[in-house]
Formats: sequence, structure tokens, C-alpha cells
Amino acid sequence: MLNAKSENQPKSSLLGDFLGRLMKTAAAKIGVVLLVFIVLACFIGPLLSPYEKNSIELTNMFARPSAEHWFGCDALGRDILTRLLYGGRYSLILGLTTAAISSIVAILIGCSAGYFGGATETLIMRFMDVWSSLPAMLLAIMVSAVLGAGFFATVFALTVGGIAGGVRMTRGQILAERKKEYIEAAESINCSKLSIMFKHLLPNVVQPMIIIATMSIGATIMMAAGLSYIGLGIQPPTPEWGAMLADGRAYIRLYPHMITFPGIAIALTVLAVNLIGDGLRDVLDPKLRD
Amino acid sequence: MGRYIFNRLLWMILILITTAFVVFTLMYLVPGDPAKSLLGPDASYEVLQIKRHELGVDRPYIIQLADFLYKTFIRFDLGTSWKFGTPIVKDMAERLPRTLAIGVPAVVLSAILGTVLGIYAAINKGNWQDSTTMVLSMVLISIPDFWVALMFILLFSAKLGWLPAYGIGSVSHYILPIICLSLFGVAINARQGRSAMLETIRAEFVVTARAKGQRENVVVRKHMLPNALMPIITGVAGGLAMIVAGSPIMETVFSIPGIGQYMLVGINGHDAPIVRACVMFFALFTTIVILIMDLCYAFLDPRIKAQYSRRRR
Repeated sequence: MLNAKSENQPKSSLLGDFLGRLMKTAAAKIGVVLLVFIVLACFIGPLLSPYEKNSIELTNMFARPSAEHWFGCDALGRDILTRLLYGGRYSLILGLTTAAISSIVAILIGCSAGYFGGATETLIMRFMDVWSSLPAMLLAIMVSAVLGAGFFATVFALTVGGIAGGVRMTRGQILAERKKEYIEAAESINCSKLSIMFKHLLPNVVQPMIIIATMSIGATIMMAAGLSYIGLGIQPPTPEWGAMLADGRAYIRLYPHMITFPGIAIALTVLAVNLIGDGLRDVLDPKLRD
Repeated sequence: MGRYIFNRLLWMILILITTAFVVFTLMYLVPGDPAKSLLGPDASYEVLQIKRHELGVDRPYIIQLADFLYKTFIRFDLGTSWKFGTPIVKDMAERLPRTLAIGVPAVVLSAILGTVLGIYAAINKGNWQDSTTMVLSMVLISIPDFWVALMFILLFSAKLGWLPAYGIGSVSHYILPIICLSLFGVAINARQGRSAMLETIRAEFVVTARAKGQRENVVVRKHMLPNALMPIITGVAGGLAMIVAGSPIMETVFSIPGIGQYMLVGINGHDAPIVRACVMFFALFTTIVILIMDLCYAFLDPRIKAQYSRRRR
């Protein structure tokens, strides 16, 4: 949402109309409400919580959900709800930053390929073929093995996987636009290549890219959780959702609450983002509307 | 067509060589000294030096890279594990059937179930069948599959005791992993299949077919399905790639000693040859899948074939 707002700035007169149309679809409405709720909970919730994210209370080891600890406690007696809320901050910021960085990089590369054409284009697209011959998750696993644990290392690892697809889309969009008459007109009045690229071609790419980026936020949050589940990415004691699942794995039979709640948190967040993405696609890209 | 396949094969080899280069370099950059992590912090300098020489990591980058490329592409030798000292090809051959035993049924399941659901939804567009399918697939896309796996273990193994929670041994060990790995693909294929089908429903040739009085099931089968097939092929190919991507996590959840888990063993043990070999295998697998997908496209759509042969000549 925030993404859409900032990138749509030039046509802010349309923004109200756009939001109105977005909120008309029931799915997107649910998504927006859910996401707002999650964001508020993650950024305000920890302030209201009486517990610290890493304070260890051995008397509460494996405490089941109760009035004091709504979602129970983990193996070290830490309050799971508090840790979930802190973990949400990481997941949300991770998803947003990764989507933003990879779409900007993809737009830049794709625009250069699509506009300059010729050998530059072939070279870039061939390189993208190689890049996407490995699935994003594998690339992320390898890159985080190289870079080690940590927030920025994880952002980088997750960004790497998302770029090739975005470049393809951008270039496809530009190829379609490049042939149109207004570009010919711009060329004939001696517009510079750079201004054609940024003023005339780029706006066509922004909308589909917003859709792709929104969709990728959900996938990124899931991949981040997967990475920390297998011991890469963000590491304990940082409260990350995937790492919390990995912690609870050993106690699955006795204390299932340890793995139930982090999973629900991931699923709800990803669902919210995906619903918004779907709604955005319907609104921004009428061709795809059923 | 022969020329097209030849070109694509050539291109595939180029992709693999580039991947090999990237993988080698990435693993070369992993911090830490392999000899030290194998022999422990107390090993003397001489012993470490001997070990480094034995592993070949005392040579310059370029030499190591050339050696790796030569062994991989000319001799088809993936080397030996630093930690276990076993030939990696042998280990992988032992593990591959397990990865495939989960992956292939999962793809088949997700392709069939997903496509059928998608077409069913498209035919009933706007009805409750459609919305149920779409809500369901949206939910399935949003839930991490490894968490579904954990929940299934909780339900079917811990609570009900119907199926084993982890390990290998019998057919029943594979049921949960297959289902969990296929769910995401089912959802993706259902969405793909639905939108592809809807697109063809509105196509002019379908209107024509109906206008000439063709029976409805013939219209669906003969006119709509072949055209809707393209995105479905993309979905299946994507599903195969997903298996590769998903296998490290899914095999960890179910403690299945497959290729994905082998790669993680390599990563956690700083065993670069294992990681390189696994990634090369995954890359080979993905490129073959993409090749087959492109061939299917070319076979289904004469326009693509024509376009390719014109451009390549």
C-alpha cells in the first residue's frame, strides 16, 4: 500500500479514485484491514506488552497459553506473543525493503536492456537467463551462506533472487511501448534517449512493477522464514518467525503452541499482502480483470 | 526444429558453465578456513598446511576454478566431500531417488489437481464453486508449506498416529512430504489454469465455434484446452523448479536424507564440494525442465517455432 502511494505520486489526483476502486473489491478490503492491523500490532504492540522479547523466565518454561501469556511461552520461558510482535517488524521491513530494492534494480536493468536494444539487450537478457536458471530460494541459501547471518545479509540474499523476473517484465513492457507512435514522436522532436527512457517509457513499467513487487513481499516473507528455519538468515536470539518455528520443532508433540502461533502469524501477514496484490492487479491492470 | 533444439542445447551448456563459475566463486568467498574447521582449532600450522594442500585450497583462485570446471564438465567428476572423504557422485546417487520420490509425485499431483480445479473454477465463473476454489488457492499460496508440514505432522503423526513424522523406510513416510510439497503448486496451477481458461473463453474462435453450433464439451476440449495449455505448462515447469527450491526445507522438516538436505549438510559443514555439486545438479535439473518447456511451447504453438527459426538464422 505504502509502496503504491509513494510511487504513484505524480498522479495524486487519481490516487483517491484509485484507492476507492481498490477498496471496492472485498478481497483487497480484507487485505488492507488485516495488514493495517498487523502493522499496528507489530509496531505498537511490543510497547504495551509487559514482557521483554529476550527476557528469560525459567519458571515459565513451555507455559501453555494463559491469561498472562496469551500465546504461551517457549523453551526459555520467553513470552511468545511479544516475540511474535517483534518478529513481525523484521518480517515486514524485510519484505518491503527487499521488494523495493529488487524492483528498483530490476527496472533500471530492464529499462536499459529494453531501450538500448541490440547487443546490450542480448547480453543483459542472456545474463538474466543464467540468473534465473537457479530458483530464488537456492540463490538466497547460497548467498546467505556466503554473507553469514544478519539483517542486511538476508535482505541482500533475498533481493538477488527477485531481480531476474522483474527485469524480464520491464523489458517486455518496454518492448511493447517502444514501437508506439508517441515514442516515435518524441524521437522526432529530438528528445534525448535518457528523457525518453525516464519520461516516456518508465511510467509504463511502474504499474505492473507495483503489482509484482507487492506479490513478491509475501513470497519474500515466506522465504525469509524458510531461511531462518534451516538455520540461515536472521538468527536467534532475534525473534524471527522462521527461527521460532525451528525452535519449536523439537517440542512438537508436547508443546504444539510453540509452532502453531508463528505459522499463523506468517500465514496471515502473507495472506494480507497477497490479497492487496491481487486487488492492485485488478485495479491497475484491467486487461487481467476477469 | 533440429536446429532449434541444437541451439537450445548449446545455450544450456553455456548457462551451466556460467552457473558453475558463479557457484564456485560464491563458495570460494565463504569466510573461514576449511582445513581449520575440519581439524579443529588446536591443529598445528604444519598439519593445517598439509590438509590445505590435500584439499587443494592452497592453490590460487584461477587454478582451483579451472580445475573445478575441468573436472565437472570434461570428466563429470563432482569431487569428494571434504568432511566425509566420500565421492559426492555416489552420495548423490544414493540420495537422488528420495528427492525424486517426493518431487515427481508432488508435481504430477499439483499439475493434475491444480489444472482440474482451475478449469472447474473457470467454467463455473462467478458461482460458489469458483469463489471457493479461488479463496482456497489464495489461502494455500499464503501459508508457508513447511509450516503446513509441521501442522500435518502434529495432526497426522502426533495426534492421530496415522503416518510417520519423519525419516524414510516405507511408502507411508513419503505421503506427508508429497502432499505438503504439492499444495503450493496446486494453488498456483489452479489460479493459472483459471485465468488461462477465462482468457480463451472470451476468445473469438470460441465464439465462432459456439456460433456454428458445436457441442459444448467439444468446444471446451478441442478449442479451449489446447490454448489454455500453455500457461499450464509454465505452471508445471515452475512446479518442478519449486521442488528444487523447496527440497532443502521440506527435507529438513521431514528429516529425509535427499539432495536438498545434502546441500544443507554441505553449507553447515563448510563443505564446498558438496554445495557446488548440489547446486550444479539443481541447475542442470532446472535447465532441462526449461528446455523441455520451451520445446513443448514450440510444439504447441507454431508461431513461437517460426519466430525462433527466423531469429536464430
